[in-house]
Amino acid sequence: MESLQDLMKETWHFYKKTLILVFKGSKIYYAWCFFLLAIIIVGFVFYWKQHEMGLIETNMTDQVSWGLYIANFTYLVGMAAAAVLLVIPAYIYQFKPIKEIVVLGELFAASSIIMAILFVMVDLGRLDRFWHMLPLIGTMNFPASLLAWDVLALNGYLFLNIFIPVYLLVKFYYRKEPNWKFILPFILLSIPWAVGIHTVTAFLYNGLPARPFWNASILAPRFLASAFCSGPAIIIVIFQIIRKVSAIHLEDKALFKIAELIAYAMFLNLFLLGAEIFKEYYSNTVHIASFKYLFEGLREHTVLVPWIWAAMTMNVIAFFLFLIPTTRKRLSTLNLGCLLIIVGVWIEKGPGFIIPGFVPDPLGEIHEYVPNLLEYMVSFGIWATGFLIFTLLMKVAIPIETGEFSHTGYEKTGKGGIV
Amino acid sequence: MANAMATSIGIGKRGFTEREQDISLEPERECIFSALTVTTRMSRNLKRWYRNLLRSGRQTDGMKNKKYTRREFIRNLSVTALAGISLPLLSSCSKEEVEDFLQKHFLEMTEEEKKQVIAKLEQRYLKQYGQKFQIGTQEALPETLWSYGLELSRCIGCRRCVYACGQENNNSRYARQLHWIRVLRLKRGNLINLEDSEHYYAPETVPEKGFVYLPVQCQQCQNPPCVKVCPIHATWQEPDGIVVVDYNWCIGCRYCIAACPYKGRVFNWSEPNLPRDEVNPNVHYLGNRPRMKCAVEKCTFCIQRVRQGRYPACVEACPTGSRKFGNLLDPKSEIRYIIERKRVFRLKEDLNTESRFYYFFES
Repeated sequence: MESLQDLMKETWHFYKKTLILVFKGSKIYYAWCFFLLAIIIVGFVFYWKQHEMGLIETNMTDQVSWGLYIANFTYLVGMAAAAVLLVIPAYIYQFKPIKEIVVLGELFAASSIIMAILFVMVDLGRLDRFWHMLPLIGTMNFPASLLAWDVLALNGYLFLNIFIPVYLLVKFYYRKEPNWKFILPFILLSIPWAVGIHTVTAFLYNGLPARPFWNASILAPRFLASAFCSGPAIIIVIFQIIRKVSAIHLEDKALFKIAELIAYAMFLNLFLLGAEIFKEYYSNTVHIASFKYLFEGLREHTVLVPWIWAAMTMNVIAFFLFLIPTTRKRLSTLNLGCLLIIVGVWIEKGPGFIIPGFVPDPLGEIHEYVPNLLEYMVSFGIWATGFLIFTLLMKVAIPIETGEFSHTGYEKTGKGGIV
Repeated sequence: MANAMATSIGIGKRGFTEREQDISLEPERECIFSALTVTTRMSRNLKRWYRNLLRSGRQTDGMKNKKYTRREFIRNLSVTALAGISLPLLSSCSKEEVEDFLQKHFLEMTEEEKKQVIAKLEQRYLKQYGQKFQIGTQEALPETLWSYGLELSRCIGCRRCVYACGQENNNSRYARQLHWIRVLRLKRGNLINLEDSEHYYAPETVPEKGFVYLPVQCQQCQNPPCVKVCPIHATWQEPDGIVVVDYNWCIGCRYCIAACPYKGRVFNWSEPNLPRDEVNPNVHYLGNRPRMKCAVEKCTFCIQRVRQGRYPACVEACPTGSRKFGNLLDPKSEIRYIIERKRVFRLKEDLNTESRFYYFFES
């Protein structure tokens, strides 16, 4: 057991080294970072216009008062929660191939949460009053408002998913055995917390009787099921890229295991959606209007129809690709499946979930919403920010995992054991 | 009174207390530099906390005070830290902007602070609209619970209420005209399913054959879903039942718009467009004062009028006398007469919002 002061000192030294590491890289690394940076700057310029003129610069209205931003937010919370699918097999079942990559998964969750929080921030009309929402400083309406819950849940999860991987990486850097007694409670806590953030986000919509489309108790389980499809799918793709561009060794076995989990999750997702569709269509009450708008269109209003059917097709195809062992264990079909799921679930629980909640509105008005250029640009900017953060985190985390980046001084002085 | 009010909406102990009021606050109008303002605010916060601490140590009323002080301490400390961090940023802003940034929640202001804010607003409105505004902060009258009656069989769908409301309440007029009342046109034979309603009907003359009209505005629910979901207490129910918004506290997340089953809330998507010569200078702080971009707003039963014993503007504007208004707690009021003798119903009663907006027909 080392004292807290030592820990702080070590961490500080680690950060200094890290900064140097982040600024050194290959041409491709630089090109990728500057490419993302360019998108971020464009996004910021568009956001600044929105900030100056107000949300009128978006296509949102009193009828459809949440749009692309909140759709992305919902999707990204799911992405972040999905890290739990790596944490459980790694730490609970000690499944070795996944245990080697779990830290990367946690950092992925942290990047997703940062994106999710950014999407909420750009959606706020008065960012200048953001401090009203801070716990203890502002007047947070806790526990009545689910949005207040979400602020706490998301920030807590962000803390856990930065704290745990950073702690482990610093230990690996100094070639010390992590103090499992200290860190394991945090890891265990992050499991229910992951389920928690997505449940709270589902309840955010679920608790509104004014919006029958969202007011279904099946919502939270549906959210979790679809999150456990899309999150791991993107993780599989990212891990293959990491394997290509770095020296890290990733077994195919780990990827196939994740893909198997996706197959189960996708089955649940489709099943729950089917249950919802049965209930709405068979009972056929006035509340079916939003479903009809989504799947068939209401009168001449049919913007979402091609999208949702595309999403449904993608999800079903991906389900079969992941269900059949031969297609699951071939990288080409595996990647196709991942791509289909990433896009399919984004449509289903992004725009396909947020917009029908507002159409028709509580007084029966039908107003169709399509995001405008500014909303797309700001969204791209935020996605680029997330990717950049993740890239920089990987730039440090991967060399530590492979052992290229470590504190050699410790070995010379003989302090600390070697793992 | 204000304390009781704060408790009733759940802000609880954070409402100001008598003790806090005792401490004299020198107005810092003379401050030239905004940074200086922030610093004085910081030191004032600390001073207040310290005095409170000393007092609560001496006083014997125990736990309640101690708890309050501890909470206030954390709060003051954080606000001070916040101000400290943002000091370089704020010093580049004007003094007015800094004051706006640090302005407190309306229910947490002392009388003195309210006066300062009103004075600031009056100056701003004078500059912007060229008129001297009367900004009231009148509190709810005792023993009142405002309620509304609307006789559907009389409404002809002329929308005079809609425009009288906009004029009275200083709503944005052009390039997003904002309305707090919406009149729906429904085919005869249907009242509950609003999905076949027409919001933008525009015939030569009203009423049209075969249609009925259903005006909808904030229903001033007893269980308001909008108040429940607001993450920061920017909207609350006053003791007389009116749901109000502190326009300077709202962060513009629009969760309340999603939660309202009556579409009772609208949003200023851009800077409101209110021409100088169409301004109503008699305003209430929580009601019809001119508003800013990206904050939510709603019908307040004309809080500026009803607390002075007048009818809401829509009641006065209705040419057919369909609109009735009164105090639910007064057995002799018109609204009580209507509830007791007419067939009344409320919109979306199944959502249990306990709205205080009664629709009725000829008996």
